[in-house]
Amino acid sequence: MSLLNAQGLYAGYGGVDILRGTHLRVETHEIVVIVGPNGAGKSTAMKAIFGLVPIRQGRIDYRDENITRRPPEQMVSRGIAYVPQEANVFPSLSVLENLELGAYALPGDNRQRLEKVYAIFPRLKERRRQQAGLMSGGERQMVAMGRALMIEPQLLMLDEPTAGLSPQLIDETFERIAEINALGIGVLMVEQNARQALTIASRGYVLATGENRYEDTGPALLANPEVAEMFLGG
Amino acid sequence: MIEVIQLLINGILLGSILALGAIGATMIFGVLRFAHFAHGDLMAIGAYFALSVVSIFNLPILLALPVAMLLTAGLAVGIDQVIYRRIRQVQPVILLISSFATALVLRSLIQMIWGSSNQVYATGIQMPWQIGPLILKPDHLLIFAAATGLVVFVHFFLTRTRMGKAMRAMSDNMNLALVTGIPANRVIMWTWAIGGALAAAAGVFLGMDTRLHPVMGWTLLLPIFAATILGGIGRPYGAIVGGLVIGCAMELSTLIIPGSYKPAVAFAIMVVTLIVRPQGIIKGAA
Amino acid sequence: MEITGLLAYAVFFLNLVGIYAILALGLNMQWGMTGQFNIGIAGFFAVGAYTTAILTTGPAENWLGGFNLPFLVGLAGSIMICLPIAWAVGRITARLRTDYLAIATIGIAEIIRLFFLNESWLSNGTRGIPGIEKPFGLANVGYLLIVAVFVALTYVLVEIARRSPWGRVLRAIRDNEQATAAAGKDVARFRLQAFVVGACIMALGGGLYAHFVGFISPEAFRPLYGTFLVWVMLIAGGSGNNKGALLGALVVWLIWSSTEMLAGIMPTALIGSESAFRIFLIGVLLQIILVSRPQGLLPEQRPPMPGEKHP
Repeated sequence: MSLLNAQGLYAGYGGVDILRGTHLRVETHEIVVIVGPNGAGKSTAMKAIFGLVPIRQGRIDYRDENITRRPPEQMVSRGIAYVPQEANVFPSLSVLENLELGAYALPGDNRQRLEKVYAIFPRLKERRRQQAGLMSGGERQMVAMGRALMIEPQLLMLDEPTAGLSPQLIDETFERIAEINALGIGVLMVEQNARQALTIASRGYVLATGENRYEDTGPALLANPEVAEMFLGG
Repeated sequence: MIEVIQLLINGILLGSILALGAIGATMIFGVLRFAHFAHGDLMAIGAYFALSVVSIFNLPILLALPVAMLLTAGLAVGIDQVIYRRIRQVQPVILLISSFATALVLRSLIQMIWGSSNQVYATGIQMPWQIGPLILKPDHLLIFAAATGLVVFVHFFLTRTRMGKAMRAMSDNMNLALVTGIPANRVIMWTWAIGGALAAAAGVFLGMDTRLHPVMGWTLLLPIFAATILGGIGRPYGAIVGGLVIGCAMELSTLIIPGSYKPAVAFAIMVVTLIVRPQGIIKGAA
Repeated sequence: MEITGLLAYAVFFLNLVGIYAILALGLNMQWGMTGQFNIGIAGFFAVGAYTTAILTTGPAENWLGGFNLPFLVGLAGSIMICLPIAWAVGRITARLRTDYLAIATIGIAEIIRLFFLNESWLSNGTRGIPGIEKPFGLANVGYLLIVAVFVALTYVLVEIARRSPWGRVLRAIRDNEQATAAAGKDVARFRLQAFVVGACIMALGGGLYAHFVGFISPEAFRPLYGTFLVWVMLIAGGSGNNKGALLGALVVWLIWSSTEMLAGIMPTALIGSESAFRIFLIGVLLQIILVSRPQGLLPEQRPPMPGEKHP
């Protein structure tokens, strides 16, 4: 039984399908990367899974449950966390408050959850009183991911986590993601830095114009000359 | 010079009332993304609720205040659940017009139930205190103290409680709040409740300082929006600063222009803010 | 009620319907066609009314009178004076989005009302300007013909505008501003033009109103009468829609008048004030319309593109 299994998705805004029969699968121990040209529907796929984009047709299963078209709150309560690409922190709130809000829907106190997040992102503990909106891009990204991790998710969905970051930060981010995955959290990730993302990926999908084009393990996709030429920037 | 200080005192008083109204308005603006044109009339109806409590139960106004706040909070939540909730998904303009209609309905209800003549909470003239050449009504101190107390309470609510933080989060970034699993509808209800309660307090204080009249709230609506915009939409602390600034500006302006143009002063400040710095004067969020 | 009484009422009523229809057509130019949410109608309404009053009345101690100009000149004057004011307001509010525009326009309308209230040398303050005569000594019936002519003229004008290339650009801006700007159109200029034209139409309505009631004061331009009712008309009739504006004006005035009858038969003990009860009713009515059918009675019809038979 897969952690996440999306099949035959047709989804989009205003009656226009951006996804045309897309399918995706994530197993519990995997890092799955979605790559492809702009406008391919990569972000839309994740948003559709999370209940943010209307699904016209198709089915999404999370473990043994059908979660198609469920709203975001129900995703969170089932242990699926989503980090959008932009505007992914609450700017006027402190780092600590941002993290606390991640666990809003969960009972009990947050101390243990916070400690776990701080273990992965120690810098967040140092800066916990700082206002999130005043932080650098890289730090904000950490806050955003930390916030998502507060629900101790089983599936973490990341939309372009390295967008706009310096090469060093990109490296660090991918290391962290690998760390998170090593803790047993499945990761589904859309990435523009396709080459580098695929190096840490278990499997990858290449989407173009809303349809699946290629699906294979990370290394295999990297080695595939067609994929490399068309979608990975040569 | 004395005149200036006296006007400043009046300005701070007016400013406190504006601030209380503006905190509620800015939170509603921030969480729900629309200018609630009925906010002034919520203030008015709060004032009138207090009037009824005072006259029916013979209580002093300060005891009637919490009752009025509670009733108005309930009314605000009710209006939202019955009307605004149904049209939130449609065009935002419809919400605006609906709030305009709500304003009229509230105002006419006040007229129908309580009549349109001026009314006061307590008859008899209060002896003003004379501090040197300055004049201070005892009510002024009471209002200022109570307003400060309420502001402190709001501060605690927003920074120490889960719901308060959720409110600030939704105001910052509605989409992210939904993604995080924050229960939007519950936050919205609390926003109306707090907004309504603060509006009622502002109305009661206005009634204490001047008198009660069906259009008392509508007259302050523009200055309240000005304070909201000046302080930055969705920023309660900005609203407080905005309220005080506008209040003082309005009072001080009488040194150079006729008093009946006071709303124009508030408006001018607002227009300048919108043109020069639409996000308001309180810096902070990206 | 005897027939003559009923007819007299109908004439009175229809005059107001006509005048408010013109206001609604002006608002449609701003809101329906370009999506500019102007709550300041009352301001331009007032400017038009007061300008006409000042230009056409005789010498007076209490206000700026003595020009004694004819009817049409007065109306033309209303439009002329309104133009720069509307242009200035449009420029100030150019970049404001819906909520801010609403607040700003209502602020401006209130300032204009305060101005007429306070500058008594110009307007006689709260006492208002009386004795604004109807042209050629006409009675209400005759005046109704004049109003009807103006309504027809205005309608034809705005319909031509709507179907013209200019009107199409406006609608493109309303529906998708970014795309239109990307296509190279100066969005701000078009919006400003629409705003000014709409405001001048409202001023025309104000001028006609002044002659009809013969007496104006700042009271008539309070947000309820000056603005809110016109909004209700446009929404009830179908925003974006000139036919809807006319229909809305008729329907809303019918309802407004029937609230008068309704208020008359309710026991005073129950409702307190008749006028307050009428406002209450119309507020509730608007809420019901907004919740159940916000698109109004006549949904918008896009005029056919050249060569197209039906949209």
